[in-house]
Amino acid sequence: MYGKGLRPLSIATVVAFAITLSLVFFYAPIEADQGFLQKIFYLHVPLAIVSLCGFIVGGIFAVLHLRRDDPRWDAYSYVSIHISVIYACGALITGSIWAKGSWGHWWVWNEPTLVSFLIVFLLYATYYPFRYAIEDRQRQARYASVFAITAGAFVPLNFLAVRMSASLVHPRVFATAEGGLPGSMMLVFLCAIVSMALLWTTLVKFELSAKSAQGQLKRLRRALDAPSGPPSSRIAPEVH
Amino acid sequence: MTSSRTAFAAILAKDLRAELRTLQSLPAMALFAVTAFVIFRFGLNRSHLAGSLAAGVLWATLLFAAVLGINRLFVAEREEGGFDAIRLAPIDRSVLFTAKVAALIVYLAALELIAVPIFALFFLSSAASLPPLILVLVLADIGLAATGTLISSMAVNSRARDLLVPLVLLPLVVPLMIAATAATEPLMLLGGVSYHRFGTWLIVLGLYDLIFALLGYAVFDFLLED
Repeated sequence: MYGKGLRPLSIATVVAFAITLSLVFFYAPIEADQGFLQKIFYLHVPLAIVSLCGFIVGGIFAVLHLRRDDPRWDAYSYVSIHISVIYACGALITGSIWAKGSWGHWWVWNEPTLVSFLIVFLLYATYYPFRYAIEDRQRQARYASVFAITAGAFVPLNFLAVRMSASLVHPRVFATAEGGLPGSMMLVFLCAIVSMALLWTTLVKFELSAKSAQGQLKRLRRALDAPSGPPSSRIAPEVH
Repeated sequence: MTSSRTAFAAILAKDLRAELRTLQSLPAMALFAVTAFVIFRFGLNRSHLAGSLAAGVLWATLLFAAVLGINRLFVAEREEGGFDAIRLAPIDRSVLFTAKVAALIVYLAALELIAVPIFALFFLSSAASLPPLILVLVLADIGLAATGTLISSMAVNSRARDLLVPLVLLPLVVPLMIAATAATEPLMLLGGVSYHRFGTWLIVLGLYDLIFALLGYAVFDFLLED
């Protein structure tokens, strides 16, 4: 039921990535200060932005779950957060590589974006132990939704607090990211964001269909193993 | 509305009375805080603290001591069937949230009443920073109580109760701790009390309190459904 549209979506993702990567390597200009290293920007920043948006989207799905009381929305919320955590991992790793290359350190504490992203990541990393510590299915879904909403509200607040605490203004490599990015770079960057978002959607859909297939399989197995009925039903499973 | 208010008062009075009679949380919290100060004294090998170090030691200790109380906040409800009683009672369920937040604020205030003077006695050279510190303590307590109550009510119904509260609560209160330590730091400078960006940080604390109090109030209903 979740598999619908999966194939065109996957194809679109592959095409978008092919276009973006060729743009990154053959079209985007080499940055004057950082040279080739700067190209990690097209990977790192979209990863970070899409993962943060994914956390918020997970929170919105959680609100829908609590309002409509439909377990489907909980599955959406869970998978959104799950894929976003993986994205956040990628963003942290690529960010670390970039920081080592351009600032000379793997980690810089007075760069507010890094620190706030790490805190958000740590909070969402506790989503899994939290969720699976609750045994009752319905309660688990409800509590996970409450967590997703709380954490979703936490994301902007955390960025505010951390940004304010950085009294030193660290030289921002992308102080220009909002305003003065040259047109060709901006175009490639937008392409990269779109393809990352497409990949996110595809992964979410894949994970959802895999989960629902797993659930169906489990249900079929259980029906098969059920001792009720004559033994002949074990050989010819008639399960609806 | 009156029934909500009486319910709030009844739950709060019940909590405080139970705490006064059993003394389950408060003595442990206070003892923990004092022991942590002693450990910091030797861990840092300093007999006097000032500025950011003083703020950090104070807030780290208060936070971990608070976790002890937050862990136990709903234990009686779960073990003695208080949740069922609240569900059966013809009252708004959010009242349980507000009453628990109020109870936790009282615990935290009692903890700070003991721990902060001891901290000043151990580490600070003058008590001039304590009066303005009260403002920071009050605002931080509200935020800590709101998030703590929310997390505690969820964790108490899980398998890993004692594990989940610190695990989930700590990242969630990082902004609160940033604001609280940043507001406390200039108060404890060696040269005397300074109010550098004090008001700004109080506003951040207030914003945090407001958001999480409203959020907790809004979602708490769903935690009691069964």
